[in-house]
Amino acid sequence: MAETAIPDDGPQLWLRRQSRWTAWEAAFWVAAFIPFFFFPTYLTLASQIAITALFAVSVDLILGYAGVITLGHAMFFGLGAYCAGLLTKAAWGEPLSGLLLSGAFAALIGFIVSFLIVRVHHLALIMITLGLGLLTLELANAMSWLSGGTDGLQGVDVWPVFGAFEFDLWGYTAYSYALAVLFLGVVIGRRIVHSSFGLSLRGIRENLGRMPAIGSPYRLRLQTIYTISAGIAGIAGALLTQTTETVSLDTLSFQRSADVVVMLILGGTGRLYGGIVGAIIFLVARDQLADMNPQYWYFWIGLLLMAVVLLMPKGILGGLASVAGRLRR
Amino acid sequence: MNAGAPVLETIALNKRFGSLEVARDVSIALPRGARHALIGPNGAGKTSLVNLITGQLQPDSGSVRLAGNDITRKPRAARVKAGLARTFQINALFPDLTPIEALTLAVCERKGTAGQFWRGLADHGDSIDEAYAILRQLQLGDVATRSTRVLAYGQQRLLEIGLALATRPRVLLLDEPAAGVPKGESAELFSVIEALPEDICVLFIEHDMSLVFRFASRIIVLVAGGVLVEAEPEVIRTDQRVRDVYLGQAHG
Repeated sequence: MAETAIPDDGPQLWLRRQSRWTAWEAAFWVAAFIPFFFFPTYLTLASQIAITALFAVSVDLILGYAGVITLGHAMFFGLGAYCAGLLTKAAWGEPLSGLLLSGAFAALIGFIVSFLIVRVHHLALIMITLGLGLLTLELANAMSWLSGGTDGLQGVDVWPVFGAFEFDLWGYTAYSYALAVLFLGVVIGRRIVHSSFGLSLRGIRENLGRMPAIGSPYRLRLQTIYTISAGIAGIAGALLTQTTETVSLDTLSFQRSADVVVMLILGGTGRLYGGIVGAIIFLVARDQLADMNPQYWYFWIGLLLMAVVLLMPKGILGGLASVAGRLRR
Repeated sequence: MNAGAPVLETIALNKRFGSLEVARDVSIALPRGARHALIGPNGAGKTSLVNLITGQLQPDSGSVRLAGNDITRKPRAARVKAGLARTFQINALFPDLTPIEALTLAVCERKGTAGQFWRGLADHGDSIDEAYAILRQLQLGDVATRSTRVLAYGQQRLLEIGLALATRPRVLLLDEPAAGVPKGESAELFSVIEALPEDICVLFIEHDMSLVFRFASRIIVLVAGGVLVEAEPEVIRTDQRVRDVYLGQAHG
């Protein structure tokens, strides 16, 4: 057989290269510090973006990588948010353990729900996730003795981070804290998507039917990632509670489930940073457009979404990546 | 298990969809080192038989035994783990993965390491090397890191076989491996199959009689869901019943 152009260790090196940190990523994280210096009045918005971006990363893990569609992921975001709020009401206001406990709670619910999720596909899956989301919302609404109902959960009192950094009015602590957690979330997400497990998720997305034919227990894989994703969404929700010191029913809303999918599609699915870019564009646009005309700002989001889907089917990051690929050649 | 015992065996498999009988008392046996061809006119139930063996279909009655163990009720993935692999008549690949990724995935699934979300893919060095060795064996080394969707059709057919090989099968069921491949290339593809290690049993479905007679050591003729005859190629060539129902029909 003729000698191939790729040396023996070529594939190993190639696969290793796929998981390396890129200069773009480094630049992104440096840029994440810009708000501290240039937009100090926007730190609250910046921390909202970081929280929403973490939520988008959690959805990307199941939607972008494993191909599991969801229109109800706010249920885990909201559960984490309420869990974090109720913890402080139970006189435990330590933020880091609060985050972890809330994430664990959301993950537990995610694990239970996953038995149902892995059994349905396509439209049925969309309806199931939508239904579960609505169910959770109405449950929280009905249990107003616990959740505060439409008034929201009042009197959330979070202790300083590390016992030293009080949550301030300007959002210095909030943004630093949210950004640090987002970074950790992305590090964990990278670890997952660049593992053999991450590869099996992409296999499920690309051809579910083939997976049993290569001996894969794909339902177990889907349950695992669904549980992890629910946990990360719960942590994002808990972050929102801790940085705003309030919880409202809106954390569980369908709107939030739908918005996060819009952000992912805008930024590009299956690339972790797509959701982050989408969250930045979406929330900055909302902030700016709502100033101009608070009623009709979704008009512009709708227009942007259509333009992106038509011109860059793989989202903004996907579009940029293919442009960069073409330039390199 | 003694040396003469079959590796794969079906015992009186029956399956019907309403009035359509896709398997009627099908009993076949593949001994060690088998290179069996499964032939028959369209609609004879060839792919259905493969589906019954691999578990995509459940038989109404009868059983499937692999290396002496009854696997009739086992889920598909468990049968693959036990050494039963198949390929598909229509490509069932992972379009957005590269061949090296697809085969490394299959190797990791076999080893039970594909669930490790804490360990980087590149750290599964042995699995990657094994996947690459299979790709080179199939002359796919050059395109190992290209996206599957851009591969030539013949290369995709080879990758289809590679995915099955990565599961380290004892029995390999090939559903028209050369389907859609130009005639000149199909013999090349079959020589890859011929070069497989002796200890893998192969059962292949194929319509091209010249390929069947060239590569099969034994031929099973399926008609209307039932086994019409099973014999060596020389016997099949001269069998009047086969000529009547199959070859006669095929050659006008």
